[in-house]
Amino acid sequence: MTTAPVQAAPATVARTARTADRQPGARLVTRDLSACYGGFVAVRDVNLVIEPRAVTALIGPSGCGKSTVLRTLNRMHEVAPGAGVSGSVHLNGQDLYAPEVDPVNVRRTVGMVFQRPNPFPTMSVYENVVAGLRLGGTRRRRREHDDVVEEALRGAHLWHEVKDRLRRPGASLSGGQQQRLCIARAIAVRPAVLLMDEPCSALDPISTLAIEQLLASLRTDYTIVIVTHNMQQAARVSDTTAFFNVTEPGGPGRLVETGPTARMFTAPADPATADYLGGRFG
Amino acid sequence: MSRVETYATAALVEDALRGQRLPGWAAPAAAGLAVMTALLLAVATPVDGVAGTAVVAVLLFVGLQTAWSVRVEGRRHAVDRLATTAVHAAFLAAVLPLLSVLVTLIAKGIRAMSGEFLTTSMRGVSPTSAGGGLYHALIGTLEQVGIAVLLAIPLGVLAAIYLVEYGQHAGHRGFARAVGFVVDVMTGVPSVVVGLFVYTALVLTLGLGRSGLAASVALTILMLPMVVRSCEEMLRVVPDELREASYALGVPRWRTIVRVVVPTAMGGIVTGAMLAVARAAGETAPLLLTTFLSKSVNADPTNGPQAALPTFLWDQIASSTPASVDRAWGAALVLVLVVTALYLTARILARTTGVKR
Repeated sequence: MTTAPVQAAPATVARTARTADRQPGARLVTRDLSACYGGFVAVRDVNLVIEPRAVTALIGPSGCGKSTVLRTLNRMHEVAPGAGVSGSVHLNGQDLYAPEVDPVNVRRTVGMVFQRPNPFPTMSVYENVVAGLRLGGTRRRRREHDDVVEEALRGAHLWHEVKDRLRRPGASLSGGQQQRLCIARAIAVRPAVLLMDEPCSALDPISTLAIEQLLASLRTDYTIVIVTHNMQQAARVSDTTAFFNVTEPGGPGRLVETGPTARMFTAPADPATADYLGGRFG
Repeated sequence: MSRVETYATAALVEDALRGQRLPGWAAPAAAGLAVMTALLLAVATPVDGVAGTAVVAVLLFVGLQTAWSVRVEGRRHAVDRLATTAVHAAFLAAVLPLLSVLVTLIAKGIRAMSGEFLTTSMRGVSPTSAGGGLYHALIGTLEQVGIAVLLAIPLGVLAAIYLVEYGQHAGHRGFARAVGFVVDVMTGVPSVVVGLFVYTALVLTLGLGRSGLAASVALTILMLPMVVRSCEEMLRVVPDELREASYALGVPRWRTIVRVVVPTAMGGIVTGAMLAVARAAGETAPLLLTTFLSKSVNADPTNGPQAALPTFLWDQIASSTPASVDRAWGAALVLVLVVTALYLTARILARTTGVKR
């Protein structure tokens, strides 16, 4: 592929054409990040550094705001009516919430995979993969689309299973295949960061294993943030773990501590982290 | 646990799980008995006639089956049979009149059908004589409904998109509520009142004169609320997950609506729109006020009275001679065929864009 990089409004949120071009990788830094739904503050004062080309796991009990934090990282949080954000999220130094930044460009740079597989029901496997390119208005020739589809499906470890049925409906695949199709769809637009919101919670153990192996191969190219309810999964796939907790019922969630996964699971600094990871609550 | 206890448990389980059921021939037998008794009663008592006998037979069947079932199977199974019978009876009550209408329509309408009937107008044909046709009315209906479709469906779909995709957001809620209210009020306006409105507003005040176009405007006003409401329902059931999936790929909202939300809802939108078309195609009162009648072909919808199938039918029935009544049945059949053809075409078109199976 020889497509020139497309310049987006602020240069630092530019889309890069090849994964190999992104030598430094994308580092996300949140500063005093708070997010609310209407009057309810879901999470407060999060200061988190997400390192490039690594998997960062966000864990914690239900209602601790980990999914909300994830959705602030690509400005999906504000899609819900009444939702608001304060503080900042910097991607390689550029504030994603600066007034001149277009959320559409943010989402092209920071991709997302959801809890439940959600392929577009009107589209085939092939069309699902190129949906981001076609609907995003990037005009390309057919041949280029063919290349993108194969590369993305190979990247999502799905190519061998679907290469003979690219014209079949995306919804005709099994649940695990659909989720990998959604990952292929997300990486086909060549984001720098991949956000995953409990991507395995609706899947069986075999599909979960397939996704976890996929994560291991994706982390060499992408900055990955994964929200998971499953502590063992966090231990298996992540390099860094961030533990969120909610102390009073109905109160905002907070980031308790963050650190290398191995240290978090063996020698956590905060007693709440030790209690949660030890299975004493949550 | 001892052996004896185990056996006792097994016996208990068998007793608890097994139950007496009516044999398979019980329901047909009860039905046969009920019908025969009803026929005997019809002969022996003043309760007779087809409808009376049928009602007696059904009631006897229900009573007989329920009593038998309660004795043998117990209360729960008896209630189940009662509900099953009620559902089947309701199904027949709904379908039989519909079938009757269709059969009558085809049987009587086919008599008038001929090449001449479809290709000539009523120009120079007196109501009492045979011959003539509905070509002028067919042209009129196709043009009037066609223009109404071009006006009502884009307007209705856009209004529904506004209500569902934008109306939830701060700053739009008040206006969206007002639009929703107006649509509800429009649903309740009788078609003759819409005809009067178009007559006074367009035909008289604006000087449009009686024309197919005035009729199209009246039909548009009648179709609009149906299109908006049905389309709105269909857009609301499109899962938010699909919208989010599209936004997360960096697709702007308008393209998400055009390329993801509307195609996903396409099947339902088309069905709703075609129901509105079917209703508009059969409207008579507003046409009489806005375009009146014509015996000859007028292919120009902007100028002068135009015939239409419902007004043709009404006119022929009003003449009430054997020849004109035949023509009326023929017109009714053609009207149903036109609506069916439109519906099938729309479904086939929708299949290319809708949900893949």
